[in-house]
Amino acid sequence: MTRRIRTPWEVFIRPRRGLSHQHVGSVHGADAEMALANARDLYARRGDPVSIWVVPSEAVRASSPAEKDPLFANAADKPYRYPEFFVTLHEDGDEQH
Amino acid sequence: MDDEGVVRLDAEYDEARLSAHFEALLAAGERIEPRDWMPEGYRRMLLRQIAQHAHSEIIGMQPEGAWLTRAPTLHRKAVLLAKVQDEAGHGLYLYAAAETLGVSRAELLDALHSGHQRYAATFNHPALTWADAGAIAWLTDGAAVVNQVPLCQTSYGPYARAMRRVCQEEAFHVRQGYDMLHALCQGTPQQKEMAQDAVNRWWLPAVALMFGPPDTVAGGADARTAAMGAAVTRRSMAWGIKRHTNDELRQRFVDQVVPQAERLGLTLPDPGIRWNEERGHYDFGPIDWRVFRDSLGDGSLVARQRLAHRVAAHEDGAWVREAVDAHAAGGGDWREAA
Amino acid sequence: MSSTDTAAYALRLGDDALVLAQRLCAWVTRAPTIEEDLALSNIALDLIGHARTLLAHSGALDGTGRTEDQLAYLRTEREFRNALLLELPNGDFAVTLARQLAYSLYARLLYGELAASADEVLAGFAVRAAKEVEYHAMHATGWTVRLARGTAESRRRMRAGLETVWPYTGELFEEDALTRRLAAAGTGVNPAGIRESWEKAVTAVLADAELAVPAPSWQASGGREGLHTEAFGALVAELQSVHRQFPGGTW
Repeated sequence: MTRRIRTPWEVFIRPRRGLSHQHVGSVHGADAEMALANARDLYARRGDPVSIWVVPSEAVRASSPAEKDPLFANAADKPYRYPEFFVTLHEDGDEQH
Repeated sequence: MDDEGVVRLDAEYDEARLSAHFEALLAAGERIEPRDWMPEGYRRMLLRQIAQHAHSEIIGMQPEGAWLTRAPTLHRKAVLLAKVQDEAGHGLYLYAAAETLGVSRAELLDALHSGHQRYAATFNHPALTWADAGAIAWLTDGAAVVNQVPLCQTSYGPYARAMRRVCQEEAFHVRQGYDMLHALCQGTPQQKEMAQDAVNRWWLPAVALMFGPPDTVAGGADARTAAMGAAVTRRSMAWGIKRHTNDELRQRFVDQVVPQAERLGLTLPDPGIRWNEERGHYDFGPIDWRVFRDSLGDGSLVARQRLAHRVAAHEDGAWVREAVDAHAAGGGDWREAA
Repeated sequence: MSSTDTAAYALRLGDDALVLAQRLCAWVTRAPTIEEDLALSNIALDLIGHARTLLAHSGALDGTGRTEDQLAYLRTEREFRNALLLELPNGDFAVTLARQLAYSLYARLLYGELAASADEVLAGFAVRAAKEVEYHAMHATGWTVRLARGTAESRRRMRAGLETVWPYTGELFEEDALTRRLAAAGTGVNPAGIRESWEKAVTAVLADAELAVPAPSWQASGGREGLHTEAFGALVAELQSVHRQFPGGTW
């Protein structure tokens, strides 16, 4: 697809070392450099972010509400994935150790 | 992003079930997200509000922006520039939020330029002196913050997220405006006079126009106007877009600003302002809503200038935007003439 | 090596930054996109920061004890020492970008060398400023290439913009007694010494843009002696109008 000045990009910022990049919003840009510059001016005016990613919005494959069940249904009804499901390791139930 | 999901959903469920799901999300205090089904009225109301908000940020750059080249110290110049720049940024956050509702920024800007969508009529007042830059920030931004803080909890996710960013950044806007007026009030008698004059002119636009029409009889509207305002407000509140009536927010603003004005030693131009022990609020005089309605007219000199300024910037920049598109397309448009 | 020399030098560099920032401020609300309103504001903010540091340093060293604001707001047009390039009217976006290209590529080299200045304030300032003007150069470079290789119209305008500003670029590299004394003392940069690197950088960008480097038949000069263009009086009047309306005011 031909990009234009109004092509949308999603912006991810790593606010500081040790944290993952987090989605902060979107910008327009005809190419990655322009999108990155626009993201810098829009989302990095404050703070001291460590790095910025820009990703063409069209490259994001989103799950739709209709897909919600098939995609995420398997997470429910499996209490055995959580430690609380099982007998405690210590008498007082303290799971700190 | 596409809306395939929405189309597919339509085929799978009937509207009543979707609507029930939507209402259940609202009732649970959950946010509505872009790919959720939503009633057309909700989408339209949101779009109108977000677009108007975005346009207000962009048009709102003009009255203060005009003083950038004349700011009286380099510190004030930098601060004002950072503030006006933030407004451009806030406009972009809000346009991006509006775009999640399926309308492009180009369409939104066209609607602004053609007068089909509005911006806050507050900005159709002229910024006549340097002190106006301070009064605008203290009073109209102060009013905006009162409006915007509850919007951080608004029911539409992208709007709420945009507003959280806006609110974080706006905190300094009000303070720097107050600081600017504070300095003028400590200065020469002429400077203080300039500050008072600016406050005289910006008080009514802030207290009346930044909060919209009255939506309660208590707010000074006649019964019919109040009923009309209240109907819109009720719908908006039921959808979780607005959280308070216009008049509630207006009262909150007055309560905040009166003591601030006292500290400056400036008088708010409303002889009706006095503390009401019983209500626990400041009373203030009835607002002259004719001023409000007059300012809504597009005919005012300043309104014409604001829009003409915006349209000229857009049209003067058309060749730049076309160049970017041509460059990105990688074609040889430019070679033909070379 | 006298401190008044350093003061005079800091004043030149500070006036360059101040006057360009003033021109860029006039773009805000008028840029081709809202994104560019933001970008040009960011650049202007950096330049105001540069001007403040440099003017304050100049005032501290010149024996008068003037503050940054006294220097910015209470001098006459004839007392400003910026190069004429920076005061050129904005023109269209291409003229402004051509000026950004010429100045930011120059400032990048200048501050890169100034970081080794024997004057600690100048050196510390230059380290920080070099990074900022590096970004300004990226901004200008990107736009120069985009406009040159966009449409026939944008190419015509970019070429015209370069032609408009190029006669004013030579002044940036002029040597005089002051720059020679400062360069000898290791306090200032010999402007003639960075010209070749600047030409190389400019040539590379314009090669990418597939444009020829303009070869103007004349060179403007005079700003360093306070002999400015006619448009400059209006710029200074606007800059200083509020400050001067309220003598003894507090801001």
